[in-house]
Amino acid sequence: MEHILSILIFFPAFAAAIGFIVDKDAIRTYGITVTAIEFLLSCFLWASFDSNNAGMQFTEFIPIISQYGIAYNLGLDGISLFLVVMTTFMTMISIIGLTEKRDLKNLIITVLFLEMTMVGVFVALDAIIFYLFWELSLVPMLYIVGAWGGKLRIYASVKFFLYTFTGSLVMLVGMLYLGYVYFQATGNWSFSLLDWNMMMLPYNMQLWLFVAFFLGFAIKVPMVPFHTWLPYAHGQAPTIGSVILAAVLLKMGTYGFIRFSLPLFPDASVAMMIPMAILAIIAIIYTAMVAYAQEDMKQVIAYSSVSHMGVIILGIFALNVEGIGGSLFLMISHGIVSGALFMLVGVIYDRRHTKMMSEFGGLARVMPMYATIFGVMLMASVGLPLTIGFVGEFLSLLGFFAVSPVLTAIAGLTIILGAVYMLVLYKKTFFGPITNPLNEKLQDLKGREITALVPLVMLVVYLGVYPKPILDPVDKSVKQLVQVMYLKSVTPEAKTTIASVNTIGETK
Amino acid sequence: MIEPISIDIAALNLPSLVPMLVAIVGALAILCIDLVTKNLHKSLYVMLTILILLIDLGAVIGYNGATRGFFDVMLVDGIAILSQIIIIVGSALFVLLALSQQRFHEYRYPEYFALFLFMIAGFQFMVASDNLILIFVGLETASMALYTLIAMHNRDKSTEAAIKYFTMGAMAAGFFAFGSMIFYGITGSVELGQISQSLVASNFEPYALILLGTVFIIAALGFKLSLVPFHTWAPDVYEGSSSAMAGYMSIVPKIATFVVALRFFEIFVSVDNAWIEMVLYVVVITTMTLPNMVALVQTDVKRMLAYSSVSHAGFVMGAILVGTTQATEGLFLYWILFTFTNLGAFALLWINRTKNDHGFQSDHPFEKFSGLIKISPITASIMGLFLLSLAGVPPFSLFWGKMFLIGAAVNGGHIVLALIMALNSAIAAYYYLKLIVYMFLKEPQNDDRIEFMGNANNSLRTVVGISAIVTITSIFYIDPLLEMISTYVQISGF
Repeated sequence: MEHILSILIFFPAFAAAIGFIVDKDAIRTYGITVTAIEFLLSCFLWASFDSNNAGMQFTEFIPIISQYGIAYNLGLDGISLFLVVMTTFMTMISIIGLTEKRDLKNLIITVLFLEMTMVGVFVALDAIIFYLFWELSLVPMLYIVGAWGGKLRIYASVKFFLYTFTGSLVMLVGMLYLGYVYFQATGNWSFSLLDWNMMMLPYNMQLWLFVAFFLGFAIKVPMVPFHTWLPYAHGQAPTIGSVILAAVLLKMGTYGFIRFSLPLFPDASVAMMIPMAILAIIAIIYTAMVAYAQEDMKQVIAYSSVSHMGVIILGIFALNVEGIGGSLFLMISHGIVSGALFMLVGVIYDRRHTKMMSEFGGLARVMPMYATIFGVMLMASVGLPLTIGFVGEFLSLLGFFAVSPVLTAIAGLTIILGAVYMLVLYKKTFFGPITNPLNEKLQDLKGREITALVPLVMLVVYLGVYPKPILDPVDKSVKQLVQVMYLKSVTPEAKTTIASVNTIGETK
Repeated sequence: MIEPISIDIAALNLPSLVPMLVAIVGALAILCIDLVTKNLHKSLYVMLTILILLIDLGAVIGYNGATRGFFDVMLVDGIAILSQIIIIVGSALFVLLALSQQRFHEYRYPEYFALFLFMIAGFQFMVASDNLILIFVGLETASMALYTLIAMHNRDKSTEAAIKYFTMGAMAAGFFAFGSMIFYGITGSVELGQISQSLVASNFEPYALILLGTVFIIAALGFKLSLVPFHTWAPDVYEGSSSAMAGYMSIVPKIATFVVALRFFEIFVSVDNAWIEMVLYVVVITTMTLPNMVALVQTDVKRMLAYSSVSHAGFVMGAILVGTTQATEGLFLYWILFTFTNLGAFALLWINRTKNDHGFQSDHPFEKFSGLIKISPITASIMGLFLLSLAGVPPFSLFWGKMFLIGAAVNGGHIVLALIMALNSAIAAYYYLKLIVYMFLKEPQNDDRIEFMGNANNSLRTVVGISAIVTITSIFYIDPLLEMISTYVQISGF
C-alpha cells in the first residue's frame, strides 16, 4: 500500500462526491459504510505502522508548484498516527449515533468532506498543504453549525469561521516568511516540514514566528483569551457537529503546536514555557469555574473542553517526553470522552428538546443504562484512575512537574474542579426524585445509540487499564522530537532547560 | 529646407500593430454588415466578435518580431503580450454573456459589438506602449467606448452611471494629460524609458515638479483603477450597468491600467524613491481596507461585489509597490485567477437577472438569495464556490494568487504590508460569508417576484461552468501557468 495516506484522505471525499447520487433513504447506511471502510483502512495503517521507526512513514511526494517549492508531501509518525485513527473512529461513531432527520443527505455528505480535511491536516508534511486542509475544514463545519444548529446558529457559525480564519491568515504569513528564510539559507524554495526542521533560526526571528503560528493554533485550540467562539459553536451546533468539533477539530491546534512550533522554534518554545503555562492554567481554572456556573449541560461540557485543552497545552510546553506524550494521549482520550459526552447530551436532547439541567432530575431511575454510560464517561472526563482520562492527565502534569512544581500544583486543581462541576451536573440531572412529570416516561438508550456508545465505553476502560498500545509508538516519535529540539536550539539556556526537564526517571 | 523623411517600411515593424488592427477591422466589418442587412439576430454578432477575438489572440501569441515598432511607440514585451492575452480571454468570456435568455436593449444594436471591439483595441494600445501619448490615446479610445456601452443598457440608473463615469473619466484624462505634460517638460520625452533615464541622470531634480507630475498620474490611474480616494464612482457605476458589464469593468480595464501603472511606477520603485513609495503605500493600504469596511454594510450583492473588487484592486496594487519580479508575477497570476472567479460571480448574478423584480429596492438584494440551496442547489453551490475563492479559502484558485502576493510582499521585506493584506482577507471573508449565509443557512422566502435562473441558457451556463472549473481545478494548473507568466515577465525585465 504505497499510497495509503492519499487513499485515506481522498476516499471520503470521493465517496462524498458520488454520494449525491445515493437515494436519501439509503444515505445513512452509505455514510456508515464509508466511514467504517475508512476506519478499517486506518486500522490497516496502524497495523502496518512500524513502531520502531521514529521517523516519517508512508511518505508521498508530488511537486505542485515547483517554482515556489510547494509539494503534495504526506507522511505519518507516532505523533499523527493515533490522531488519524481517532479521527476516522470518531467520525464513524458520530454517524452511527446520528439522529438528525432534516436534510440528512446533505449532512452526511458534508461530514464526509470534513473527514477528508481532518485526515489531511494530520498527515500533511508541507506547510501550505497543511494550511490548505486546515482552512478547508472550516467550510463544512460552518455549514454543519449554520444549517443544523440551534437558534443562534448563524451568529455562532460565522463567529467560528471568522475567528479561526483570521488567526490562520496570520499563520500563513508566518509560513511564507519561513519559506523565504529557508530560501535565503539554502537557495531553494521549500515548504516541507522535514526541510524546515534542518534549519536553525536566530532567537529573535523564532520569537516572532512563534507568535504568528501561535495565533493560528491558539484560536483553534482554543486558549484563553481566544476561546470565546467555542461555547457558541458548541452550544448551537447539532450533536454531530459538537462531537466532531470537540473530538477532532480542537486537536488540530494542539497538534499544530507539536508539529510546527516545538521543532521549528525550540528556543522560543523554551522562552514561552512559563507564559504558555500561565495561559493554560488560566484556561484550566477560569473555564472550570465558568463551567460550574452553566445551566445548560452542553455548555458545561463545552467549557470543560477548554479546561482540558489547557492541560494538553501544559503538557506540550513541559517540553519533555512525558509531557508531550501525555498530552498526545490526552488528545486521544479527550476526543473519545468529550465526543461521547456530547453524544450523550444529544440523546437527552432528542427526547426532551432541552438541555437545561433544571428540567431534569432523577433520570437514573427511568434511564439506568443511560445513567451508567454517562457516569463512566463523566469519571473518565474527571480523570479517575483506570479510565482513559487519567493516563494522559497524569502524564501531562508529571511532565510539567519537572518544570515547575508550583504551577503544576495549581494546574492539578483541574481534577478537583472538574470533579466539582461534573458531579454537580450528574447530581442535578440523574439523582434525586423526578421533579418534572415529562421525565417519567423517557425511553432508555435504544439500538443505534447503544451501538455508538458501547465501543466508546469499552475503549475508555481498556485504554485506561492498559494504555501501552498507544503510548509505545508515541513515545518513540516524541523522543525524537525532543532530540531535534535539543539539537536545534541556539541559545545555551534553551539547551540546558530542555536537558534538565528531560530527566524524569533517570538516576542522578 | 527640411530633409525629406525616409523610413524603411521594414523598420516600422508593422506586425506589432496587427492585433489592434484585427480588432479595429473586425469592428468596421460589423458596422458594414449592419449597413447591408438590418435586424440580424445578436447571436451572429456575438459569434463574429468571438471569431475576431480569436484571430486577435492568435496574432498576439504568434507575434515574434522585435519588441519595438512603429516609430518606437509600440512596445511589445512580455507583459504586453501577457496582459493582451488576459484582455482578450476576459473579453471573449464576457461577450458570450450577451447571449442571455432575456432580451436586453443594448444587444439589439450591432454598434454595441463594434464599440466593444474598438474598446479592446484601445486597451491593447494601452498595454503595448510606453509612450505616454499613445497610452493616452488608447485610454481615451477605450474609455469613450466603455461609457457608451454602459449607457446602452438603457435604464435610468445606467444613464446616470454612464454620465458619472464619463465626468470622472474626463477629469482623469485631463490629469493624465497634465501629468504627461509635466514629465515632458522636465525630461523632454514622452517615453517612459527615456523619462526614467533622464530622471535618474538628473538625480530626480527638480523634485517638487516630479512629485506634482506623479500625483497627477496617480490620480489619473487611480480613477481608472478605482483606488481610494478616487473610487467613489465605482459602486454607482457598477450598480447602474448590467451585472455582466460590471464584472467586465472590474477586470479588463483594470489589467490594462495596471500594466500602465507597472511601467510608470517602476521608474520610482526601482530606485526606492521614498516619497512616492510612501504615497503609494498609503494608497494601497487605504484601497485595500476602506472599501472592505464599506462592503461589510452593503445590502445589495452587486454593490458588495463592486466594493470587494475595489479592494482586490488595492491588493494587487500592493504588488506594484513591492516591485520585485515575484511581485509582478504575482500580479498577473492573481489577475488571471481573479478574472475567472469574479467574472463567474458576476455572471451568476446576470443569470439570475429577471425583469419583474422591480419590487425590490435594488436588483440583487441579499434577501433575494435566501435559501437558494433548497431551490437551486447547483447555482448556490457554484456561487458559494466563487465567494469562497474570492475570500481566499484554499484550494480554490484565488488562494494561490493571494498566497503568492503575500509571499512576494514578505520576500520583498514588506512584512507589515503582508500582515495588512492577510487581515484584509479576513475582513473580506465576512461579507462573502454573508451571502453564503443567506444562500445556505436561511430559509427560502415565499415571494413570487423571485425567479432564479430566469436569464439562463446554455451559453451562459457554459461561461459559468468554465469559470467554476477553472476555480476548482486551480491546484493542477498553477505550476505551468506560473511558468508561463514568469517567462513572459522575465523577458520584459520586470
